[in-house]
Amino acid sequence: MEPILQIKNLTHTYGIGTPFQRSAVEDMSFDVYSGEFLGIIGHTGSGKSTLIQHLNGLLKPTSGQVLLRGKDIWAEPKKIRNVRFQVGLVFQYPEYQLFEETVYKDIAFGPTNMGKRGDELDACVREAARLVGIRDDQLEKSPFELSGGQKRRVALAGVIAMEPQVLVLDEPTAGLDPAGRENLMANIRDYHRNKHTTVILVSHSMDEIAQNVDRILVLKSAHVLMSGTPAEVFARGQELLAAGLDVPQVTRIAMALRERGLAVDPAVYTVRDLERQLLALRKGGAVC
Amino acid sequence: MLKDITLGQYFPGDTVAHKLDPRTKILLVVLYIAALFSARGVVGYAILALCLAACVRISRVGLKALVRGLKPVLFIIIFTGILNLFFTPGDHYLLEWGFLKVSDTGLRNAVFMVVRIMLLIMGTFLMTYTTSPISLTDGLEQLLGGLKRFHVPVHELAMMMSIALRFIPTLIEETDKIMSAQKARGADFESGNLMQKAKALIPILVPLFISAFRRADELAVAMECRCYHGGEGRTKLHVLKYERRDYVALFLGVLVLAAVLVLRHMGL
Repeated sequence: MEPILQIKNLTHTYGIGTPFQRSAVEDMSFDVYSGEFLGIIGHTGSGKSTLIQHLNGLLKPTSGQVLLRGKDIWAEPKKIRNVRFQVGLVFQYPEYQLFEETVYKDIAFGPTNMGKRGDELDACVREAARLVGIRDDQLEKSPFELSGGQKRRVALAGVIAMEPQVLVLDEPTAGLDPAGRENLMANIRDYHRNKHTTVILVSHSMDEIAQNVDRILVLKSAHVLMSGTPAEVFARGQELLAAGLDVPQVTRIAMALRERGLAVDPAVYTVRDLERQLLALRKGGAVC
Repeated sequence: MLKDITLGQYFPGDTVAHKLDPRTKILLVVLYIAALFSARGVVGYAILALCLAACVRISRVGLKALVRGLKPVLFIIIFTGILNLFFTPGDHYLLEWGFLKVSDTGLRNAVFMVVRIMLLIMGTFLMTYTTSPISLTDGLEQLLGGLKRFHVPVHELAMMMSIALRFIPTLIEETDKIMSAQKARGADFESGNLMQKAKALIPILVPLFISAFRRADELAVAMECRCYHGGEGRTKLHVLKYERRDYVALFLGVLVLAAVLVLRHMGL
């Protein structure tokens, strides 16, 4: 697979020359492949938010590079807006950025900034609204009349409507109830599957990451701690726990079972896999 | 960009400058300002600049941070300098260029005015850098306590001020976040004419106002939940008390003011 984004030795230091100086991202390097669903996980303060703001050029690296399709995004600082249209970033609690009179106009803000007009604009606004599950009759409502979960969908649609090649989501389900979480994640999964775009999901919920992504990047105090498929990462469950991070609940059960002498693969992270393994063990005559 | 605004920012520390009673620091700043406006000549300004330098040294606040505080008022400083430089009549002109004339008094006034504003701002910033907003308003409330007799709502004003100060960084952070979010959607705040620039602010101002009202509402509820009912009978966690260092500092402050006044009399 071909990398769409390459992060090379990225460092970002805040407050240079003040008593508050600290590096939020230090010498990070990794690739994001075209069409993949990448999960980024880490504690609060591990540099997640700072990192993703480099992907679309909201922050300029103190040192290091971000390459989009092999080209440094800061090669032409005047054209940084084009990078932002290609790498769509949805912030945490994006519902607080809504400002227009109607949902439709708010979703249209991004594509209008890109220069889209008329039918083309209408098409991408409606498509984005459909993808996140906003009904047509809601498009003419004020965004402030909607519920919290729906507001978030509108904000998400506002970024999706720009049809970015890479969609970066910072804790998209924070503060939603379990049903709302699952619903929104299902929308995002569908979007990824149907549009074949690259999606980067930032979260601190291991379960959410484990259920959705193809590959995980684990951050710890401004560095990349590990990266790999969910199975590879959760196989190192002990390390994750030692780093103060969580493992999915299923993995935790598997680890506990292993400690009690059951030959369960420690890298399981879905209920179905664990079920299959336990059934196989039972058939083999193991005592639970 | 917005992070450069350092108004009311507090750099924690453990120096004498930090430990002084906030009332002492407020009074010292008042004395310092009085002295600044009485200073007439080079010697007076030099003494005040030295005092400030000593205070900066004691407080261990970086000079860089202090100079950064000057940035937002740079325009005013330059403007005052130019006005004084060109439009002060004098008996002796050093330079004439059309209607622009630089007189010797003009040059003198311009230099002194610029130095005065810079010293003034750096001095007051040093106070806010070394005093947490909470203790600063505490100090003000105590100092102005006497006005309560004249039905001035001192406590309420102090409370409003501490809330305002407390929320400045929060609102700046919020503005930064909203700006980033709108920039991520391709908003452009830099180009275009004045009208377009003003229009570009709507996507920032609307969410900012909404969140400010939401915060105010939440804060009011939180305060009522803790039975806040105004200043009547309210006790303090940290009762302010003058220590020996406060008397020493105030004495030195008065001494400097006196010195500057004497020098002014001598025309220095």
